[in-house]
Amino acid sequence: MRSTDSLIVRYIARRSVPFIQLYALYVLGHGEDGPGGGFQGGVIFASSFVLLGLANGWGYGRRAAPARLLDPLLPLGCLIYLGIGLAALLAGGAFLEYGALAGSDDPEVRRHWHHYGLIGIEVGVMVTVSAAMATLFFEMARPARVQARVDRVGEEADRA
Amino acid sequence: MDAQLPALVIVVPLLAALLVPLAGRRAAWGLVALALLLAFAGCVRLLVRAHALPEGEAIRYALGGWAAPVGIEYVVDRLNALVLTMLSGVAFLVALWMRRSTAREIRPPAVTGYYSVFLLMAAGLMGITITGDVFNLYVFLEIASITAYVLIAMGRRRQALYAGYSYLILGSLGATFILLGIGHLYMATGTLAMADIAAVFAREPQLYDSSVIRTAFAFFTVGLALKMALFPLHGWQPGAYAEAPSATSVFLAATATKVSAYALYRVAFTVFGVRFLETGLPVVRDALLVMACSAIVVGPLLAIRQHDLKRLLAYSSVGQIGYVVLGLALHNADGLTGSFLHFWNHAAAKGALFCVAGALAYRAGTTQVAALKGLGRRAPLTAMLLTVAACSMVGVPLTAGFLTKWYLARGALEAGQWAVIPVLLASSLFTAVYAWRLLQLAWFADEDGPVAEDVPWSMRAPSLVLGAACLVLGVAPLALPVAQAAAEALL
Repeated sequence: MRSTDSLIVRYIARRSVPFIQLYALYVLGHGEDGPGGGFQGGVIFASSFVLLGLANGWGYGRRAAPARLLDPLLPLGCLIYLGIGLAALLAGGAFLEYGALAGSDDPEVRRHWHHYGLIGIEVGVMVTVSAAMATLFFEMARPARVQARVDRVGEEADRA
Repeated sequence: MDAQLPALVIVVPLLAALLVPLAGRRAAWGLVALALLLAFAGCVRLLVRAHALPEGEAIRYALGGWAAPVGIEYVVDRLNALVLTMLSGVAFLVALWMRRSTAREIRPPAVTGYYSVFLLMAAGLMGITITGDVFNLYVFLEIASITAYVLIAMGRRRQALYAGYSYLILGSLGATFILLGIGHLYMATGTLAMADIAAVFAREPQLYDSSVIRTAFAFFTVGLALKMALFPLHGWQPGAYAEAPSATSVFLAATATKVSAYALYRVAFTVFGVRFLETGLPVVRDALLVMACSAIVVGPLLAIRQHDLKRLLAYSSVGQIGYVVLGLALHNADGLTGSFLHFWNHAAAKGALFCVAGALAYRAGTTQVAALKGLGRRAPLTAMLLTVAACSMVGVPLTAGFLTKWYLARGALEAGQWAVIPVLLASSLFTAVYAWRLLQLAWFADEDGPVAEDVPWSMRAPSLVLGAACLVLGVAPLALPVAQAAAEALL
């Protein structure tokens, strides 16, 4: 994928990234009591990198979201989710019973912790979804010459 | 911690699956084995606890503290405790077995990924088994299916990609049918929790006459029959088993299709209820009886003419799943006991046989039946394993397979289905034909084949445990009371 010839498109795309990502966080924050949440937020977050890749070229976008950053993020998001679930379990509740994280029986406190736990797992969902969406895009849109290099490295690894 | 076990047996393999890619190549295999050992210990504990409960009760676990039908519930009763133990036990043994085999068959950079996906699949299969919510069952089914496509497509030859792809197409078709079944059920009953759906049926028996419910059951049956490769919907299976890496073949063949069969039992007996099978849609029961019987005969018949050991074993699996389904079609205590015994018996025997195929691939680089020549001289323990497991497949007395056939035959007589008896006998005969061909090559061939020595002990020991299970389950009264209790609990 080559970058577009238009300077305006390239510039606007670059400058849009922080706003898209901020909006993603806004959508994430609303998942609890309105439309939105970790999945939607994650997709919007990843779309900022997709836009960079489309407007400024595959390499530009991939440098902003490199594989060595995204690959560990893929399981990390799920780990946040599972970790919170297990933390609730260790705190004496059922798996994913966030209220138990409060460590007290006061319903008001439990309700607060329920919200914290919910936001926590939504963050986990967002991390994995955004990393997965960006990875899917960049792996599938990989230009032929990059693909050729990857294949060569793979074959050398096979021989080794 | 004991109260949390139903969640932990799923969460621990899931957690390990995520940690494996982060842990790096050296620690990965240890993590896989440890996670599956813990899961197995948990499942054994659940089995013991489920049997300590009075009849008709089950261990229930509400995820997130939300009780069913609002939340998702994990339910462990006598039937799925049996399946869970089988699943986690086989997964643990395969994890022990696969280290050397995957090192040879999978590209080195992909090995940690393979382990991770393997754990995900184990967690998915166990999730299908433990869940008490039909939609959650679908979600776990998708986890187990998608990971299975990946595990198959990682085979060494290019044909593995095609095998994985054709399973993907047919598996997705099956999953879609199941989802349609769930949709119809939800439309008619307004709930997704299995116990709650059953309660709706008990309250409103006229629902059994509704065409929506009948359609739902038909969708479930066809979808799950595709997933379990029940003849004539077995098209994806031989290629998938033959082209997959050896470790995948062992695990898939020993567990995956049986989990779909379990799901059919769960849906038929717990969700729809015994009365629906008897009065609601008897034609499905008859259809299942015919399909199971044709599978039992045709599977081994097709296996006889195969030249590739893994493909031969895959066709034999086509026949063996018939035994697992037959109990559902007969639906009396003895028939169900026979089928439930087969969950364990077939896992042990087919797991052991695919371990032999894996040993061939490891030592000879091929899985052609002809490569078995001289195995008895060069690798006597592996040849013994082949012998014991093959005898169990035939159903020789004192092996586990005999008990299955004995109880299925008794169940068939009790149900007045006399035609099933010659089917069972014919199947044993055909199985003996291909089993004898394997044994004759392994023990009595004049010249030696490409196998120079036995596989390393790290592979031999876990496979011998499976072989020993074929004998122990046939002699010691271990599985029988468990299977009988599960059968009685269902009826």
